[in-house]
Amino acid sequence: MNDLRHRIHHNGGLLAAIGLFIVMFIIYVSNHPVGLTAAVATTASNKAVLLALVAMAQTLPVLTRGLDLSVGMVFILANCLASVLVVGTIGEGLLGIAIVLGAGALAGFINGAIIVWGRLQPIITTLATGAVYYGIALYLRPGPGGDVQSDIADFATGQLFEVVPTALVVLLAIVLIVWVPYRNSVLGRAAYAVGSNEQAAYMSGVPVQRAKLLAYTLAGLLAAIGGLMLTFNTYSGEASAPIAGTYTLNSIAAVVIGGTSLFGGWGSAIGSIFGAFVLRTIEDLLFVFDLDPLWQPLFQGVVLLAAVSLGALRVLRIRNRLELFA
Amino acid sequence: MSDAAPILEMKHVSKRYGGIAALNEVDFVAYPGEIHAILGENGAGKSTLIKIAAGVTDPSDGEVFVDGRRVNFRNPTEAMSAGVVCVFQELSLLPDLTVADNLSIVSPPLRGGLIDSAAQRQRARELLASIGCEDVHPLELVRDLPLSRRQMVEIAKALGKKPKLLILDEATSALTAADVERVYAIIRKLRSEGVGILYVSHRMHEIEALADVATVFRNGRRIETFRKGERSVSAIVQMMIGRELTHHYPDKPAPKPAEPVALTAKNLSWGAQLRDISLDIRKGEIVGLGGLDGQGQRSLLLALFGVLKGVSGTVEIMGKPHRLSGPRSAMRASLPMALIPEDRKTEGLMLPMNIRDNISLASLSRFQKGLGLDGGKEHSAVERIIDRLKIKISDLAAAVSTLSGGNQQKVVLAKWLMTGPGIILLNDPTRGIDVGTKQEVYQLLRDLADKGVAVLFYSTDYAELIGCCDRVLVMYNGSIARELEGQHLNERTIIETALNVDDKEQAA
Repeated sequence: MNDLRHRIHHNGGLLAAIGLFIVMFIIYVSNHPVGLTAAVATTASNKAVLLALVAMAQTLPVLTRGLDLSVGMVFILANCLASVLVVGTIGEGLLGIAIVLGAGALAGFINGAIIVWGRLQPIITTLATGAVYYGIALYLRPGPGGDVQSDIADFATGQLFEVVPTALVVLLAIVLIVWVPYRNSVLGRAAYAVGSNEQAAYMSGVPVQRAKLLAYTLAGLLAAIGGLMLTFNTYSGEASAPIAGTYTLNSIAAVVIGGTSLFGGWGSAIGSIFGAFVLRTIEDLLFVFDLDPLWQPLFQGVVLLAAVSLGALRVLRIRNRLELFA
Repeated sequence: MSDAAPILEMKHVSKRYGGIAALNEVDFVAYPGEIHAILGENGAGKSTLIKIAAGVTDPSDGEVFVDGRRVNFRNPTEAMSAGVVCVFQELSLLPDLTVADNLSIVSPPLRGGLIDSAAQRQRARELLASIGCEDVHPLELVRDLPLSRRQMVEIAKALGKKPKLLILDEATSALTAADVERVYAIIRKLRSEGVGILYVSHRMHEIEALADVATVFRNGRRIETFRKGERSVSAIVQMMIGRELTHHYPDKPAPKPAEPVALTAKNLSWGAQLRDISLDIRKGEIVGLGGLDGQGQRSLLLALFGVLKGVSGTVEIMGKPHRLSGPRSAMRASLPMALIPEDRKTEGLMLPMNIRDNISLASLSRFQKGLGLDGGKEHSAVERIIDRLKIKISDLAAAVSTLSGGNQQKVVLAKWLMTGPGIILLNDPTRGIDVGTKQEVYQLLRDLADKGVAVLFYSTDYAELIGCCDRVLVMYNGSIARELEGQHLNERTIIETALNVDDKEQAA
């Protein structure tokens, strides 16, 4: 019982994000002309999973009290790379996927290496490397185009057993294969330790450098998975700077809505997934209420402010003004 | 035990920062099964010695041997794997992680390559039980724990690493009296198991109670190593400061009942932490706050300074009602208040900012000229106060973080004295600073009181309360248990009241 109380206390931000999403999704579905059919769910999840993956990627550096401004660019780079490599037979396509994932991880590793060994600040490092990655994407795809192995693409964006959107299953698999083991690994815990208090972590013998390297490398990998999924949705590659920028900024918003602290040491990638879902559902809500899509940025901003204010509600309960600044 | 092989041996070890030698040609030996006290003022080289032993920094010169083997630790992890574990004064816990995570941060129990959280919680429970901290839940976040509990968790963490040489750097400075006894018992048990212990403390009675051997450092040099009982306390103090101490504390003046009451609190209550507290402080009086740590002393100071919300009761300053609405209004009362906080690193100083900016920060409005600041006026005011407090600095533009602990504390004092306070609230201002600086603080408080300032002084050091204060209010469980004055103000009555030993015969 006591354990449960502590666990709820530890996951307050995550639970709030899940709650917010459920409320918004119920409003959406109950106002949808068709209701919740497999097709509606699949379309919604295909779009939502893209941001969810990029937001998961962003979470890892943020937990170490860093930031990765290149996640959107790696996402786009993976998209362009996949439109070149994931073609031909299914076997060739799978090989291409492996190369794309490897390239994403390499991009992340380079970020981490510069930050750890070059001792540069994450925000400026990833701003610079992001521009480089975008440059490579532009070189690969000067104009929109390319192709993708359609069997794999159709499978990844379709439904399993004609009900469950495959994209959601992919996301769940990534949570189980990447996030859960990471969260319970020594280096995953070290990432939280570094974000919480880097000096104390170092003094305690925590592998600070390896923790950061792994966090940025996995961020690159997760962003690349997002880029692959984008390719499966669009059947093409496009080196679009607006898309890259939007995904980077929205990933930070999703991380915050999901209850992860930008000061590091606190939060989870699961929260970021629901943060991403919340942001996506806004767009869908505008659709069912027949509002002009031009309103979308405004509403996203309002929801972001509201979500952050939700976290600030605790201020009302604080009875020691000093804790406001803790 | 000196016939055993040394656990730690240093030969001609020096450490230089820039041109300054923090440690100068030091030879030092510690044996297993011995409690070795390290004494000296701040800046004497104690911390540097410890940092070298624990692998935080490496020596500029000389050789270090652990367990007979020459070592050259590059980081704390290497020192730990050689069996050298340090409990640092600056806590090394991770605030956002749970107690269980913190206790197993380096080598958690694994199952299938992943952290076994159930085993880890069980390990935390056992470690906490071994130091009598069953009240701490393994899943609690460290940031939710009070300072005294955090320090116990820190000690538990060190014990969990099965040290061969345990280094305790001011490890009991925030502990409650009951916890200190438990820690003593643990240290003695480790000694009987053959663990070597280096013990740094500024509290002489702790050293008397614990140490087998003591080494005194001064100005980066080892002055003398001697066994327990070979040197008197005054001789040890003499070695540490290198000058004769005539008075430990400034003389107390006669009581001044005619002075007006500066600060009155009536029936202050705040949740379970403050219960119906009433007190008066006259101008020119130093009133002590005593008791075990965490009995509401800190909350009382914060309440008076207006930091806490929802405090019931009334406060009057010079007989006029005062509303508790925040530090700014406390600083603008008819007698301006100042609060010297407990944790100088987080509440008292902006560490990366320079010394001048730190000192003038709370009184910037005095230096306003048009839209900007009168730099010349600010500069000379800062220099005057640095001179008055004898703060040792090389350059006003240097970051505060470059100063020693004692001088940092003086910067905090300087900052608040510059606001010209009529009421000063102090929250354990001498914790972790050296004897020389402590005495200067005592003298400063007395000088301020002589000029009519009312002082409320919380200290965890009983001797300080007795030596420095005109009256002492001992708190227990959120209320003032007893007011001690004159002949009743002695260590025995303070401890009895603090422990709430309600024995009329003893108290009489």
